[in-house]
Amino acid sequence: MHNMKKIVIKAKNLTKRFGEIVAINDISFVVRQGETVALLGGNGAGKTTTISILLGLLTPTSGTLSVLGADMSRKRHQVLPRMNFSSPYVDLPKRLTARENLMVYAKLYGIVRPSRQISILAEDLEIETFLDRPFGELSSGQKTRVSLAKSLLNDPALLLLDEPTASLDPDTADWVRSYLEEFQNRTGATIVLASHNMSEVERLCNYVLMMKGGRIFDHDSPDGLLKKYGRINLEDVFLDIARGKSNALTETNGD
Amino acid sequence: MDISYSPRFSIHRVWAMVLRYFYLLRGSIPRIVELAYWPTMQMLIWGFMSEFLMNHSEWFVKAGGILIGAVLLWDIMFRSNIGVSLSFLEEMWSRNLGHLFASPLRPYEWALSLLVISALRTLIGILPAALLAIPLYHYSIFQMGLPLIAFFVNLLVFGAAIGLAVSGLVLRCGLGAESLAWAVIFAVAPFSGIYYPIETLPDWVQPIAYALPSSHVFEGMRAVTLEHIFLIDRFIWAVVLNVFYLALGLSVFLIAFKGARHRGQLLQMGE
Repeated sequence: MHNMKKIVIKAKNLTKRFGEIVAINDISFVVRQGETVALLGGNGAGKTTTISILLGLLTPTSGTLSVLGADMSRKRHQVLPRMNFSSPYVDLPKRLTARENLMVYAKLYGIVRPSRQISILAEDLEIETFLDRPFGELSSGQKTRVSLAKSLLNDPALLLLDEPTASLDPDTADWVRSYLEEFQNRTGATIVLASHNMSEVERLCNYVLMMKGGRIFDHDSPDGLLKKYGRINLEDVFLDIARGKSNALTETNGD
Repeated sequence: MDISYSPRFSIHRVWAMVLRYFYLLRGSIPRIVELAYWPTMQMLIWGFMSEFLMNHSEWFVKAGGILIGAVLLWDIMFRSNIGVSLSFLEEMWSRNLGHLFASPLRPYEWALSLLVISALRTLIGILPAALLAIPLYHYSIFQMGLPLIAFFVNLLVFGAAIGLAVSGLVLRCGLGAESLAWAVIFAVAPFSGIYYPIETLPDWVQPIAYALPSSHVFEGMRAVTLEHIFLIDRFIWAVVLNVFYLALGLSVFLIAFKGARHRGQLLQMGE
């Protein structure tokens, strides 16, 4: 990750403790403009905690975090209008229609012509036919697309995605990945995604932060990790790390 | 993409949240009916009780409709409290806090939107009951004139202040404490002198009563109804106390919110 592109995220020695539990432990990493970076790791590795801290939804116990040039401990509201996120585990209000949900969030993000922006996204994401149905009545795939529309309302410079294709059928998951690729090519946005899906990471990401036990265990491009571990796919690398069979690097930070 | 600058306070974001609760209300006829149902039932019961008492008590003949006025004013405070608490709980139930606070929305803008939607819900709830009392019992709360606005605003603010504090407690303790949203307001009812003068209370309880804005409002309401005078000192006390309680309620809410961010509850809370 050493190049001349602008730094979008700079995390230094981030730690989050919940009482005795250390959710993330002294992690450091840098993400540059236009990159798609994966947070990869098993359950409890610290991926969601890291994303929550990046969004400002959770305060770190120690360490510093700068996002889009703003210190997130004091000036996160300066950059929140340029960020957005989507997660299948954080719902939108079920009783509001998809359109009503998008309208509320468009106004929260200060979109000047919200109806127009919703129409554009509805066409792009093919959600027009169920735009006026309650969010709670939509299928998983439809909900994912509406949540994705919500996360793109403000054309974010930084998009955070927590398992963007979880519980989707292969066809819909492929569609979502293609759309994200197209979005990034068009806008040059930076994307950070947490995922369990290795083929998704190999396809979308140009850098991977492997997390284990709240630490960044290893980091490299997908190809770099494959070479380092002598494997042909990331799933095997993931299993090597998860099962402690790593014969590559020792624990390291991503900076 | 045109994105406006994100100021410390944005009326557009407050409006966005009001719109969110308005959509919720608009989408459910039973919810709208339910808002007006309970105040109307209360008014009917106390209306018949008033008619009975007027036939058996000279004081009640003179005081005509005072019980109906009292119950309508109490319902303003109750509805205002519930309006804040339920709108807040709606976000917890729908697990929407993560999306909301990953956006530029500030907690005090959310709090203000809760006050606005609470006022709207209160008006929807109370107006039908107040209008129905006119043909049924020949009692119009609107006869109070301008003092009614002073009573309405004070009770609305006090109910909302309690609602904000309760919302903060639920944010701190989790949804297991959601019954507080309905229960806490009843703790102040006996000390508010809704249906009886404060002097009825034991001497040692009276200072507690006078520390509540609601007691000054109900004393003021009785003065307007019985003596046709507006007690300006009661009004001033109610306003001063309300400023204090609103600041307290908002502080509890904002401190609880800060704690929720620290504990990671904004992404996790929900049914």
